[in-house]
Amino acid sequence: MRVDLETAAAPAGLRRVAIDPVSRVEGHGKVTILLDADDRVHQVRLHIVEFRGFEKFVQGRPFWELPVMVQRLCGICPVSHHLAAAKALDVVVGATRLTPTAEKVRRLMHYGQILQSHALHFFHLASPDLLFGFDSPVEKRNIVGVAAEYPDVARKGVLLRRFGQEVIRVTAGKRIHGTGAIPGGVNKSVAPEERDALLADAYRMIGWSREAVELVKRLHFANVGLYNSFGSFRSNMLSLVAPDGSLDLYHGGLRARDEAGRILFDHAGYQRYWDLITEEVKPWSYMKFPFLRELGAEQGWYKVGPLVRVQNCDQIPTPFADAERREFVDFGGGQPIHATLAYHWARMIEMLFAAEEIKALLHDDDITGNDLVVTGTPQRRGVGVIEAPRGTLIHHYRLNAHDQVMRANLIVSTTHNNQALNHAIRQVAKRYLDGRRLTEGLLNHIEVAIRAFDPCLSCATHALGRMPLAVDLVDAAGDTIGRLRRDGDGGCVDAAAAGRKDGP
Amino acid sequence: MSGRESFLLDGTPVPFAPGETVMQAALAAGHYIPHLCYHRDFKPHGSCKVCTVRAGGQTVASCTLPAQPGLEVESATPELEDNRRTLVQMLFVEGNHFCPSCEKSGNCLLQAVAYELGVLSADLDHLFPSRPIDASHPDLLLDFNRCILCELCVRASAEVDGKGVFALSGRGIGKHLIVNAESGRLVDTAIAATDKAVDVCPVGVILRKRVGFAVPIGRRRFDVAPVSAQAKGDAPRPPREKERR
Ligand code: SF4
Ligand code: FES
Repeated sequence: MRVDLETAAAPAGLRRVAIDPVSRVEGHGKVTILLDADDRVHQVRLHIVEFRGFEKFVQGRPFWELPVMVQRLCGICPVSHHLAAAKALDVVVGATRLTPTAEKVRRLMHYGQILQSHALHFFHLASPDLLFGFDSPVEKRNIVGVAAEYPDVARKGVLLRRFGQEVIRVTAGKRIHGTGAIPGGVNKSVAPEERDALLADAYRMIGWSREAVELVKRLHFANVGLYNSFGSFRSNMLSLVAPDGSLDLYHGGLRARDEAGRILFDHAGYQRYWDLITEEVKPWSYMKFPFLRELGAEQGWYKVGPLVRVQNCDQIPTPFADAERREFVDFGGGQPIHATLAYHWARMIEMLFAAEEIKALLHDDDITGNDLVVTGTPQRRGVGVIEAPRGTLIHHYRLNAHDQVMRANLIVSTTHNNQALNHAIRQVAKRYLDGRRLTEGLLNHIEVAIRAFDPCLSCATHALGRMPLAVDLVDAAGDTIGRLRRDGDGGCVDAAAAGRKDGP
Repeated sequence: MSGRESFLLDGTPVPFAPGETVMQAALAAGHYIPHLCYHRDFKPHGSCKVCTVRAGGQTVASCTLPAQPGLEVESATPELEDNRRTLVQMLFVEGNHFCPSCEKSGNCLLQAVAYELGVLSADLDHLFPSRPIDASHPDLLLDFNRCILCELCVRASAEVDGKGVFALSGRGIGKHLIVNAESGRLVDTAIAATDKAVDVCPVGVILRKRVGFAVPIGRRRFDVAPVSAQAKGDAPRPPREKERR
């Protein structure tokens, strides 16, 4: 079902509600809702301001700095930017085929990132809502609450994440902002003792990841009606797949399907992604709206990320994760699953896949090799695409004759999901907020939908797993008539009307 | 070493050979005195003032101060360290130093000295100068944002390479590095990637193109040991070793 609440038919006289998460890091997201006197919802929009200025910032810089520099884009998945930039620059230095060591060390780094990011998201950010309920007491709805009631779940979440970070440290040189991937390869391989230390834990991580899939499945089945319908909407889907159609988060060709699962294009090379994908600008948002060119802006928007990838591929090349994929696909009964909350289930299947991939790579002698870098005929343009934890990530650079970056274009996962996120929250607003007095619990429903995508604007929430919110009710004349504020530790206060909007 | 004359550095006797400076003798004996513009292969220059010590009632640059028997030199005093920190902080705010994405990180003397002195933040307003990089040369790149005006490249290019590619221009806060070419661009000079001037820059201004982050973090010079533990590596080389170079 598509709900059109993008633009109110008659905005005059409607009250405006802004859900304004405080941003401490890169992303800054805000939801605005227009309500009439009866609290009926007329318009819902997610605005995201992110990464502004980056494309400008790198102009003139020498290209080999990019893989290190771009990690500053995002504090949550720096490794994804590191690798996407390195892949674009492989093209620039003419490295058409990396050495086995370079490719496998990078894959190891990437799957370490997937594991740590998915673990962080599920255990810290999503599990409080899912375990306790969206309306549960705010004091409980955080990782501390999870640790108190489900200590085993919380502990394994922490250790899974730590293992992923350790894989990153070993491959990138540092836990954050490493330098491992360089144009044409890597600058270090894995030392045998580092490999052995990781292998000692690798099997346990697979076991715990399987438990995590079980947990999320149990939650889904326990409340099937809610999980299947909450914030659900049909859309096209896009991701990379391996040449044989397998799930591959590091490299592949682009595959798009329509909402019924029919293939729109397949194994498309991404060096000319703009032939397939283009972006629309809307006056009310800084973030662009990408869409599939052949379908146009109206019909061509799509979603990316775990929910898409697990269904877009033909199989997963590791046994446990593939068995879970089959069960997931069967659950859809021959139709693609478009349930927003099924992102969590798919994400845990991917975490299991990452754990299994890491184990397989650790058993591969190539990761300790010495042949690290290749180069070939230099090019002045390079595109790198990777499946980051949150979805497809595109880095595109053009250089001048002096090795300086002239133009950079990035399409990050959250931008791909821009329209999808808007659809999800419109769906939720229509279903849960329409005609009711706003409460913290109701606002949390909006957040639950946003959070399912794990968008980058959730940067601000990762510390305690919740978004500090300020919601202003503004009457038609633009005066603040009420304010609901929730601070970082979950306290919810009804602040008296103030003429001044002292947002975050 | 018996029979050699010595001076006192913070109360410790330091032997020296005739003609040596306090800096040279101290480093040779394994005692670290913070420095930036001193380099073992070049005549002391005395411009950065980071090596300033108290000796004989005066405040002087130890890299230019001739060692004398019995001289009492104070270096590691809170006041002198404080002044050094301020000098380093000024260098940080006068340029654009962004360590996390600088390929010289871990090999940079400015960064190493800052760590050594415990400089954790600039504590001064950044000037954010606008200094476009010169990427005109096919093999080399100049990122002026990081220049600390030590003149080592100026000296190396003139004295060793015999080319005079670099010079400083302007005065005071307006002082800056220039390239000696009518166009002002590196491509129009005789510099080559094998020149001494290319290797001598203690920070990340003069760079070979396309090698960037080839050495992983953790294996760079100051990742291995702090600069103070590498004093001997900065000591003047014995004459024969110098000739072989
Ligand atoms: S370019 Fe390097 S060597 Fe030359 S003056 Fe500047 S900091 Fe010193
Ligand atoms: S090292 Fe002595 S003045 Fe610079």
